[in-house]
Amino acid sequence: MITAFTELLYLLAAVLFIVGLKRLSSPATARGGNVIGSAGMVIAIVATLALSGILTWRMILLGVVIGSATGAVLAQRVQMTAMPQMVALLNGFGGAASALVASAEFLSPLPTVGVGAPPHVNLTVGLSVLVGAVTFSGSLVAFGKLQELLTGRAVVYPLQKVSNALFLAATLAGVVWLVVQPENRVVFAVLAALSLLLGVLVVIPIGGADMPVVISLLNSYSGIAAAMTGFVIANHGLIITGALVGASGIILTQIMCKAMNRSLANVLFGGFGATAAVGGEREKALAARGVRSVTPEDAATMLAYANQAVVVPGYGLAVAQAQHEVRELADLLEKKGVTVKYAIHPVAGRMPGHMNVLLAEANVPYDKLVEMDEINPQFSHTDVALVIGANDVVNPAARSNQTSPLYGMPILDVDRARNVIVLKRSMRPGFAGVENELFYDARTSMLFGDAKESLKKLVQEVKAV
Amino acid sequence: MAGELVTLIVIFVLAMFVGFEVITKVPPTLHTPLMSGSNAISGISIIGALIAAGRGDARTSEILGLLAVIFAMINVVGGFLVTDRMLRMFRKKPGDRP
Repeated sequence: MITAFTELLYLLAAVLFIVGLKRLSSPATARGGNVIGSAGMVIAIVATLALSGILTWRMILLGVVIGSATGAVLAQRVQMTAMPQMVALLNGFGGAASALVASAEFLSPLPTVGVGAPPHVNLTVGLSVLVGAVTFSGSLVAFGKLQELLTGRAVVYPLQKVSNALFLAATLAGVVWLVVQPENRVVFAVLAALSLLLGVLVVIPIGGADMPVVISLLNSYSGIAAAMTGFVIANHGLIITGALVGASGIILTQIMCKAMNRSLANVLFGGFGATAAVGGEREKALAARGVRSVTPEDAATMLAYANQAVVVPGYGLAVAQAQHEVRELADLLEKKGVTVKYAIHPVAGRMPGHMNVLLAEANVPYDKLVEMDEINPQFSHTDVALVIGANDVVNPAARSNQTSPLYGMPILDVDRARNVIVLKRSMRPGFAGVENELFYDARTSMLFGDAKESLKKLVQEVKAV
Repeated sequence: MAGELVTLIVIFVLAMFVGFEVITKVPPTLHTPLMSGSNAISGISIIGALIAAGRGDARTSEILGLLAVIFAMINVVGGFLVTDRMLRMFRKKPGDRP
């Protein structure tokens, strides 16, 4: 049914996707790249509609209208701070679509898939349903955690790993059974149900702050699911594109794990962040030392007379939606002759590159955002480091305390700055559940309160200096 | 039949390598748009969804196809639009229009 011409158009679409992704290598060309990618998608859709022998249009029109409208509304309404949830949700929908396509093929009376089809085709149906359904339900759980509909804590229970391993084994057995007995629809239904359950079970033991890794991994899965569906319908376009996305997710997952100095296995199965760690001797000693809190007025004076100030944004900035206030403060300081830079840790926020998007939204030029390796040597000649809602990524214990769960994680060397001002709601520990020595340092001043409110006060005070 | 499968596997593996090469060059500052953009691209399963929804051979397949079209279209349209919304904001100098 699919002619050589259609195949060539799919190839063209895949080439446009590759060119589009390539243009994401610089912020200057990225927007054009996204347009090229969407042009590829339009070509693929039009080629399918015009040339692959569509017989009934009712369902197609209905689906395209509902889907496009929903997608457009979501894309317009979502706040930049909620981008991690949005990507998780879209990821899940992609996985669901792949699993549904494989199911539709399998259950249709076509001779090429299902009963009477060669085993390898039915194998790819099974895998497509498995990966697609895990992506779908796993992404919904990630969405729930990020949106705080579910607890952000890791949910752990006894024998969890064993039972999850058994579930995975059962699901894989289901795939094999499907190949052996493609006419048995009960097997198919059980496989789909088990896969959905598996997606939930593997994501609930992972804590909210590890979501950057989970989203990257699910991103990869949604690509793999699309590629598997490509195997089912023998479509090169789907296979190439699915593989591209699969690779992209794997790379991002690796980057995230490296930035936390943890293995993927530790993130997925470690139950990290299930409970707050019990304070050790060292931490009790710290707490006894007490912290120094500072008034907005004094903090503003410190900032206004600095030569260089480095802003360190974290998840707290996103929660307080304070990106515009940060930018306002930075503008004021720059007018007073202070050099302002932003230090971005690779896992700051809830998804890779989240801080960059928030600051871009607040109109901060992207060349002011400095990556960890580049900014770290600069802290020693920085007068004030302004830490906003970041915690674990600035904890010096990662360098010095071998017993800390954070030990070995690359951090921003904020403690090497001459002065540190920390904007924080309370002394509650970060995701890793450990005390932060930085807060007890003699050079550190704490400015307690909601980040947005504190920044507004700072802006007022800096104006008055 | 086996020859065809091998061809598909070859395509899959080579495309993974292309993916690795292209994606490793994306700077961290663009990782969020990269995720949402590659996500939109993974909505390519819309092709299979359209075929399944438009074949009109069996009621179940048709309805599964309809659901697949809805999900894939949300993924595609939502993904590309939200990526554009983000990329529009990245500026080199204040006030620049990329």
